[in-house]
Amino acid sequence: MTVAQLAEQFNLKLLAGEQGTNCEFTGCYVGDLLSWVMGRAKSGDIWLTVMGNINAIAVASLADIACIVLTENAALDDDAKAKADTLGIPIYITEESSFHTAMKIGQLL
Amino acid sequence: MNAIHLFYEVSGDDFARAGEASGDVKQKLKSLGYDKTAIRNAAIAMYEGEINMVIHAGGGVIDVDIYPEKIEIKMEDKGPGIPDLDMAMQEGFSTAPPQIHDLGFGAGMGLPNIKKYTDKMHIDTELGVGTTVYMTVNANK
Repeated sequence: MTVAQLAEQFNLKLLAGEQGTNCEFTGCYVGDLLSWVMGRAKSGDIWLTVMGNINAIAVASLADIACIVLTENAALDDDAKAKADTLGIPIYITEESSFHTAMKIGQLL
Repeated sequence: MNAIHLFYEVSGDDFARAGEASGDVKQKLKSLGYDKTAIRNAAIAMYEGEINMVIHAGGGVIDVDIYPEKIEIKMEDKGPGIPDLDMAMQEGFSTAPPQIHDLGFGAGMGLPNIKKYTDKMHIDTELGVGTTVYMTVNANK
């Protein structure tokens, strides 16, 4: 299933990185500490977090994350948005919690 | 075959630019046709090194040598040095200041992640002089 299909199904709003939305995802990781995520998340994971800064985009790119979902309407910084657009890292936002979003994604995997 | 040599300077206190060097290496390795796992491992290890340089050492310099069978990365800073290397290598041990935590760093995973994602790692450190981290990631082209 692609990131774009997931977003449509769960009504996630795309904030940036549209060019990367056709990539397939294979798992999900939840976390806000960047190095923790780099140490544990797997390539192809959807990353649920409240960290919407430019460093989160760098982490997603270097760790081959499929997309970031900012949960509970966490903010995306302007420079982070620009970087995500440049790198093609899809960033979505939802008002739901990481827990609820992860539960729903888990049912698809 | 001769190695491809790359050199980068990392400026201190610039978190927004941290990751540019590792991102550049990732792109170069991709275009050279290295395997995905090796590229990801090298990119993550190098990014952790960059972040460490920015948080702790006021920046530094990076030499990358790309061979057909391995990627060697040398990260050198003139920071304060690491007082207790065994502690620093433990997951969760951090000396990063509180404002770093707001950025999502300071989890105490930097050096452990470098060890995790590299095939060889060596650290030379001297208090008041600086730290050099040597990493090797084995690769298949």
